[in-house]
Amino acid sequence: MADEVILLDGYVSMFGMRVRVALAEKGIKYEYREEDMRNKSPLLLKMNPIHKKIPVLIHNGKPVCESLIIVQYIDEVWKDKAPLLPSDPYQRAQARFWADFIDKKLYDAGKKIWTTKGEEQEAANKEFIEVLKVLEGELGDKPYFMGERFGFLDIALITFYSWFHAYETLGNFSIEAECPKLISWAKRCLQKESVSKSLADQKKVYEFVVEMKKRLGVE
Amino acid sequence: MADEVVLLDYWLSPYGMRLRIALALKGIEYERKEEELNNKSPLLLQSNPVHKKVPVLIHNGKPICESVVALQYIDEVWKDKAPLFPSDPYLRSQAKFWADYVDKTISGFARKLWSGAKGEEMEAVKKDLFDCLRLFEGELGDKPFFGGETLGLVDLALLPFASWFSVHDKFGTFSLEAECPKIPPWVKRCFQMESVSESVPSSDQLYDYVVKMRNSRQE
Repeated sequence: MADEVILLDGYVSMFGMRVRVALAEKGIKYEYREEDMRNKSPLLLKMNPIHKKIPVLIHNGKPVCESLIIVQYIDEVWKDKAPLLPSDPYQRAQARFWADFIDKKLYDAGKKIWTTKGEEQEAANKEFIEVLKVLEGELGDKPYFMGERFGFLDIALITFYSWFHAYETLGNFSIEAECPKLISWAKRCLQKESVSKSLADQKKVYEFVVEMKKRLGVE
Repeated sequence: MADEVVLLDYWLSPYGMRLRIALALKGIEYERKEEELNNKSPLLLQSNPVHKKVPVLIHNGKPICESVVALQYIDEVWKDKAPLFPSDPYLRSQAKFWADYVDKTISGFARKLWSGAKGEEMEAVKKDLFDCLRLFEGELGDKPFFGGETLGLVDLALLPFASWFSVHDKFGTFSLEAECPKIPPWVKRCFQMESVSESVPSSDQLYDYVVKMRNSRQE
């Protein structure tokens, strides 16, 4: 039976991008459906009634929600190609821990940058950089987070790269100046087609954030 | 080589309780070290430098942090007994979703309930909590446990919090039986298992603890 894979997503969502990268890594054919967060489709509300958020992967009619859970599901189902998680249980635990760290810290730190001004924004910039520096420390001198191969943890973080231009412009600071190793890592990831084709255009992300600021009244 | 398993823990931590139950279910011998939260041991700070929190599982000297990450590690390493995660990838993604939902919502309600919220604020917290628990009731359905015939990830994730909610029942803050009738019998079924009753304080024990704390504050 041919697999039917649908992805309910939002172009600028760094969480949605993670799923796009994973699907591309595995060479999985799927139908992409763009959701408007201000006008959610009946399908989205049915498939993710609890959180009503994207991304949602619908595999043969069954929904999987939460981006990191989706990426792990993809890795387990399409296990014959491009393994995303290491095979060693301890390495897997480390990958999951750091992906959880990214989810706990990075999004909120980033959001503070574009929703605040003045001193509050400077503090937000600093907090964001601190989080990136911890991750940079974890990367060390390795080409990718788990070693020689691009995988789960790289996917968890690289999608935030498409938002860096927006954070830098609105926060008036340079991420590359503070975290040069992380930027080299990002550029290395971008050489992979699965990444470069899945990440949103950073100018479009910037325009989106500017629009959000207007809507939220945080100019 | 004999395994050396150490658990850095705090007896009231619902996250620590999850790991205690898992280790007991798997029959894993381990050394439990009780941490004082306002005087954290050098071992804790060294093993979890990022969050500095309990629980931390240390297996042959290597630390694993974050309770759900540690549960998955335990299940993968000691895979021959008492599986905690479903073997089917779809069911596994669902279990992870519900465990994640506990962490996103239930833990927050637990904090608010004990925060001394009063009047309308308290009523709002209670309503949100019951709405949330009713979703879990739906997920439980007619099964004895979330994991089916045996305890699984979602049981372990929710039970420590549910035990605390039963304490509120005793204080008369609300009636769990009236609002979410499937939950108290499920809690009782869990506590009938030795792995649970020996790992987790019962709501009676928690109640006695709270009464003692309140009395000692009044002196």
